Amino acid sequence: MGQEKVVGKPMLRKEGMAKVCGRAQYIDDLTMPGMLHGATVRSSIARGRILDIEFGHGVPWDEFVIVTATDIPGANEIAMINHDWPCLAAEVVNHPEEAILLLAHPDRHLLPKAVAAVRIRYEEWPAVFSIEESERRDPIVWGEDNVFRSYLMEKGDVDAVWTQAARIVEGEYTTGAQEHLYIENNGALAAWSPDEGLTIWGSLQCPFYVHKSLVKVTGLPEEKVRIVQVETGGAFGGKEDYPSMIGAHAALLAMKSGRPVKIVYDRAEDMAATTKRHPSRIRHRTAVTGDGKLLGAEIEIALDGGAYSTLSSTVLSRATIHAGGPYFWPSIRVRSKAFATNCPPHGAFRGFGAPQSLFAIERHMDHIAEALSLAPDELRRRNLLQPGQTTATGQRIDEAIDLEHLMVRAKGASDYAAKRDRFAQENAGPGTKKRGIGLAAFLHGSGFTGSGESYLNSLVAVDVTAEGKARVLVSSTEFGQGTNTILCQIAAETLAIDYEAVEMGPPDTGLVPNSGPTVASRTSMVVGRLVHSAALGLKRTLVAGGLLPQDGYTTEQFVTAARTYIAQYGALRSESRYEAPPGVHWDDQNYRGEAYAAYAWAVYVAEVTVDLTTWGITVDDFVAVQEVGRVLNPVLATGQIEGGVAQGIGWALYEKVAWNRGRMQNNQMTNYIIPTAQDIPPIRVFFEERPFGHGAYGAKGIGELPMDGPAPAILNAIAHATGHQFDCVPLLPEEIFRQMTVPEPKQEAMAL
Amino acid sequence: MNEYRLRVNGTLYKVAAHPMARLLDVLRHDLHLTGTKEGCGEGECGACSVLLNGALVNSCLVPLGQVDGAEIETVEGLGTDERLHAVQHAFLECGGAQCGMCTPGMLVASVHLLRKNRSPDLAAIREGLNGNLCRCTGYMRIFESVERAASRMNEVHG
Repeated sequence: MGQEKVVGKPMLRKEGMAKVCGRAQYIDDLTMPGMLHGATVRSSIARGRILDIEFGHGVPWDEFVIVTATDIPGANEIAMINHDWPCLAAEVVNHPEEAILLLAHPDRHLLPKAVAAVRIRYEEWPAVFSIEESERRDPIVWGEDNVFRSYLMEKGDVDAVWTQAARIVEGEYTTGAQEHLYIENNGALAAWSPDEGLTIWGSLQCPFYVHKSLVKVTGLPEEKVRIVQVETGGAFGGKEDYPSMIGAHAALLAMKSGRPVKIVYDRAEDMAATTKRHPSRIRHRTAVTGDGKLLGAEIEIALDGGAYSTLSSTVLSRATIHAGGPYFWPSIRVRSKAFATNCPPHGAFRGFGAPQSLFAIERHMDHIAEALSLAPDELRRRNLLQPGQTTATGQRIDEAIDLEHLMVRAKGASDYAAKRDRFAQENAGPGTKKRGIGLAAFLHGSGFTGSGESYLNSLVAVDVTAEGKARVLVSSTEFGQGTNTILCQIAAETLAIDYEAVEMGPPDTGLVPNSGPTVASRTSMVVGRLVHSAALGLKRTLVAGGLLPQDGYTTEQFVTAARTYIAQYGALRSESRYEAPPGVHWDDQNYRGEAYAAYAWAVYVAEVTVDLTTWGITVDDFVAVQEVGRVLNPVLATGQIEGGVAQGIGWALYEKVAWNRGRMQNNQMTNYIIPTAQDIPPIRVFFEERPFGHGAYGAKGIGELPMDGPAPAILNAIAHATGHQFDCVPLLPEEIFRQMTVPEPKQEAMAL
Repeated sequence: MNEYRLRVNGTLYKVAAHPMARLLDVLRHDLHLTGTKEGCGEGECGACSVLLNGALVNSCLVPLGQVDGAEIETVEGLGTDERLHAVQHAFLECGGAQCGMCTPGMLVASVHLLRKNRSPDLAAIREGLNGNLCRCTGYMRIFESVERAASRMNEVHG
């Protein structure tokens, strides 16, 4: 570390120039000759049978292309893990806003009136709208028991710990749905001809996910379906699953009409109809010794998955594995379930189940500390995972981690100890502004869980262009997080050439190999590593051919060598396929083994003021200390952390989805509130760099980690400020008001 | 349909459109200036920010009929690849742009702020950008971008 010229440096964002000049082309910026605009007719009820569909007066229906489920040439299914998510509801609807019928017309201004003129009659069926209602199976709305998936993860002898415990501490923690609120809504454009097949351009994260789904819906052979990602204006997981749906809808209209069709949602439709973060309810029961050593835990996780299973089983899996936090548990048992409800399906969102679990454990740790009259940081310090110990899945920590050092740094940077004491003294006074400081320690597994990366079997290529530039060919996509820049930095460093002499290939399934989906904090660590080895192979070819010296060459010499090679042999391309790092084994049945090849680790500290006159909460300062392996680009990495912290602050304090019978009521930016430039405290980011042996130049995952820590750190700070315990997010002023003024038994954890 | 005259980024355009057509649509569809983005369509997010006779407005809320003869500035008019505006340059260097969707509006709002206040402090920057939502950056890189642009511009102009 240290001698690199490109890696670790603040190289400018590859597509940055196009973005700051307003030239970057997003899906709604594209148009094609003869293009139609598409729109979706959606269910107005939560659950029931479609009786009939009537096309009302006043609309020239013969000018419209109309698609129903009967027009689907292949399977009426958006391909995910299971087979239950219909592309268009045929006879039955299972959630409000479920797509039933599609319309297209050359004049987009005519579409809203036409959508409103389609009248659908239903036989309405009873439905369930919460985890509790789903649990009671009244009625059963999915499968035999409303359960999409359940897991049992067990280590040690949990049943034996309760009699040894000095204290047993219980708590229940809940989190709400969260809207991604990428600034660019979902959109797709489809073009079809029998000769050239189907092409979808879209705002999306995972081109090959959309490809798989479109092959299934259209019944076309794989080579007749091409997916192209265009510039994507934010995603956060929200463009992992849903683009398969909107892409399929655009495709069906294009195939029926023979004309290109674009569907771009407006904000209200995007918010009401597309996926959100899974709401959760997590119960903890913990046995501790008198001196604050964790003995064992029983944890019950329940997620609300919405009406179809989509990605719920994998979100639940990550929630399960992260449930114990960054602590050593001699014994632990986690039972988890994802339930069906009649809300639109909940889906992938930055963190993918881990934020829910880590909120629960990190609030719970503060409750345990209080029960033992220990300082929250001291309780954590006594239980932080050490090298050589095993995680909840029995994975031995082989990395030389030092979590206590992260905590020391975070406490130092935030002046935690002094403020903890000073605020407590000041809060005892008569002032109405109460201040608090709280912390959270956490971890986030990098890459797919367990054997996931082996199943993905990712393939990456690096080739050279006619001009002799190196080119990275991956299906990993850019949506703001920095994929283009990071992967080009890795290739440039490996090839020992200028960053400017490397470019990204087009994110087009017809042209790039499948390097897997752009999710799960896997791009830098897993795909980056493959780019590294593919670039090494490319260099080896040039050196072996006598065209390039082993080292000490210039970028110009590389370009000349590459062009000479192409002139002689036609093309120069090197590929690299994923191989699991040694010692990574996973037992999917029993949830034992190496859940992740590596973890990122962090300690965050939040400082808050609670105003007892307005009940408003401000976050005054935020310190984020993390160990993410090697930092490949300090500007981009810092931006990732700051953005994740801001999104975490939103989840903790502002972003409440108001549901009414499964429908989001506040599906507007006017009433779904995200943090503005005036709500965000200074976010002070610190990296502890410990290169990881099996990541590209030592990198581990980073993208999701910062979503995990803010909510528990903030709620711990609010407890410090107010002396009241709040165990749900989002925590709005009205809830603080209610709990602090309305007399009722405190919702504190029961300490036995 | 009426005919309207607009000067956009210094170029005079004649547009035949409905008086209630949104300025945002006129820019994007009639003039093919797609740099200005739509984020919410209700004046909340600021992605469609443009300068209208020097004032910062959400172009999704401005009907064409109200702006006949007006002077409009959009992201496309700020600078070129060869001669970036100091604000564009700073956003590029400081990581002020991530996904890029809020960027055009954020740049226009930043330019507007710096015209009114050559050396804004952090509080003034926060206030100047509080009508522009960003979901990627957490705003820190954007604040730093505006600070850097201000100090560069002051160096140049003295």
